[in-house]
Amino acid sequence: MSMTVSTESATGVVATGPNGANSASGPETKTQIKPYTMNFGPQHPAAHGVLRLVMELNGEVVERCDPHIGLLHRGTEKLIEYKTYIQAVPYFDRLDYVSPMCMEHAYVLGIENLLQIKAPLRAQYIRVLFSEITRILNHILSITTGALDVGAITPALWGFEEREILMEFYERVSGARLHANYFRPGGVAWDIPDGLLDDIWAFTERFPKFMDDLESLLTENRIFKQRTVDIGIVTKEQALDWAFTGPMLRGSGVAWDLRKSQPYEVYDRMEFDVPVGLTGDCWARYLVRMEEMKQSLRIIRQCCKEMPAGPYKIEDRKVSPPPRGEMKRSMEALIHHFKLFTEGFHVPAGETYTAIEAPKGEFGVYLVSDGTNKPYRCKIRAPGFAHLQGLDFMSKGHMLADAVANIASMDIVFGEIDR
Amino acid sequence: MSEQALKELGDDIAAKIGGDVLKVEVRLGELMVTVKRPAILAVLTALRDDPATRFEQLTDITAVDYPDRVERFEVVYQLLSYTHNQRMRVKLATDEDTPVPSAVAVFSAANWFEREVWDLFGIFFENHPDLRRILTDYGFEGHPFRKDFPLTGYVEARYDEDQKRVIYEPVRLTQDFRAFDFLSPWEGMTNVMLPGDEKAALQDGSKKP
Repeated sequence: MSMTVSTESATGVVATGPNGANSASGPETKTQIKPYTMNFGPQHPAAHGVLRLVMELNGEVVERCDPHIGLLHRGTEKLIEYKTYIQAVPYFDRLDYVSPMCMEHAYVLGIENLLQIKAPLRAQYIRVLFSEITRILNHILSITTGALDVGAITPALWGFEEREILMEFYERVSGARLHANYFRPGGVAWDIPDGLLDDIWAFTERFPKFMDDLESLLTENRIFKQRTVDIGIVTKEQALDWAFTGPMLRGSGVAWDLRKSQPYEVYDRMEFDVPVGLTGDCWARYLVRMEEMKQSLRIIRQCCKEMPAGPYKIEDRKVSPPPRGEMKRSMEALIHHFKLFTEGFHVPAGETYTAIEAPKGEFGVYLVSDGTNKPYRCKIRAPGFAHLQGLDFMSKGHMLADAVANIASMDIVFGEIDR
Repeated sequence: MSEQALKELGDDIAAKIGGDVLKVEVRLGELMVTVKRPAILAVLTALRDDPATRFEQLTDITAVDYPDRVERFEVVYQLLSYTHNQRMRVKLATDEDTPVPSAVAVFSAANWFEREVWDLFGIFFENHPDLRRILTDYGFEGHPFRKDFPLTGYVEARYDEDQKRVIYEPVRLTQDFRAFDFLSPWEGMTNVMLPGDEKAALQDGSKKP
């Protein structure tokens, strides 16, 4: 952090430094501090990545806050235009790197919509199962690092232990802890290994204990409440006007969840509740996320219980590659494999906007196809982008430290904001 | 919502807004309305405030570049109604020089969305309160998401030991950017049924190749 403080002398009085070096000159000595501009980030632990904030402060009160973003801009959307549809899947892991599979989910659903195909039931269950694991993965990070920003260190240490267990599930199913590249148009890349469902079930039995511990550390904690209650209040109207989604919207009292209102995959078979905050402040958003983790746990249990047998990806050889064994015997299968991994499949001309309820909010993919094997345009609608532009109105009139609490409660990740 | 009901909703919107609607389409279960450029503010306001539509949230603004068209850019507004649980898209056409009225007065969220479109496509928004670049580097030139902007860009940055600062120089590639054209002269992986394909379909039991 670097700051420039300029002092201005009031008429007829000598300006003094903050320590009152010249205070002997008289009792009416006054220091006037002009509103000053401060650079927050881009290298700052509370900026959650490479956020640069140019803040105008009056003393310690934020008057204006201008986020400078784009330091992690990689041109993902442009790169995708130069890749075949399957080659573009790994880019989605790298958008919101805290919840990779949810990003993939939106993209493969968009392609499936254009191709007019539907994944087999087992694949849909696997995807929902891992979307919810991802949601817990994301919320643990969001809540615990948020708590870290307002002064609590223990939750982060405990939370990362649990995250590691979840990432182990990621690794067992996809081979990678973070950048899974597991979902495919028409299903998932591989079937889940034997015994994984039992281990996930065992996790759901252990996890509520962790949640209780976390709650006992934070929810009614005096310091935590002092730092979050009545901080960054967003009204319902503001949330709609500023395109807030996810916990940012639900924290403000709008009962809206795409998994309920526009169910995709097998969410319409799942029993779960949508938590809604009453006050719209940082604390309400924290409570919403905590409850969402519990609801995700319910969905995970239902998926484990009801997981049907059957194929894990579509049998259509024009979209999904044949199994290795078949390639050794069938010429047809070999040709399909070769064509799929060089040319890829062609997608009929058309356009679609597909949105899912990602942990951070509505994550949408606007895909325009011109009938070839590469997307003509792929626009990624990141929830964090919309949330971050609300930081100015949320932090106005608050203290500098509360701006940090606001950033934490937005759950921003720069992979998706800068794209 | 069924295609028929969507079509009716689209026609209702067209009837209310009148001559400013150029086209109403329903594709893949999604409603798209193309409007005249100057009318966009009136259209967005009407869609937001009319109790029959109530599109309260502007989910996203983006653009698509079609260099062959006379008005090469298509600006796309994604709208969402919480009251009716309904989505729609509003589109308009523009070119490099013609500004589009800014939607910030109707939806505050349009601010950054329009800055992004200006930054990446170079579409100018009229009456925007703060139309600066947002995603690209300070002092960046050009609009990278246009189709005529090369994927590798024009300049690259590196730290110069002598000058002790980051300098920009023209992109030097040790290997040319390889864009393979995999589109075969034959139909490839398209959904065309070639003579003989039906036999493969019969064998593995799937209904369609």
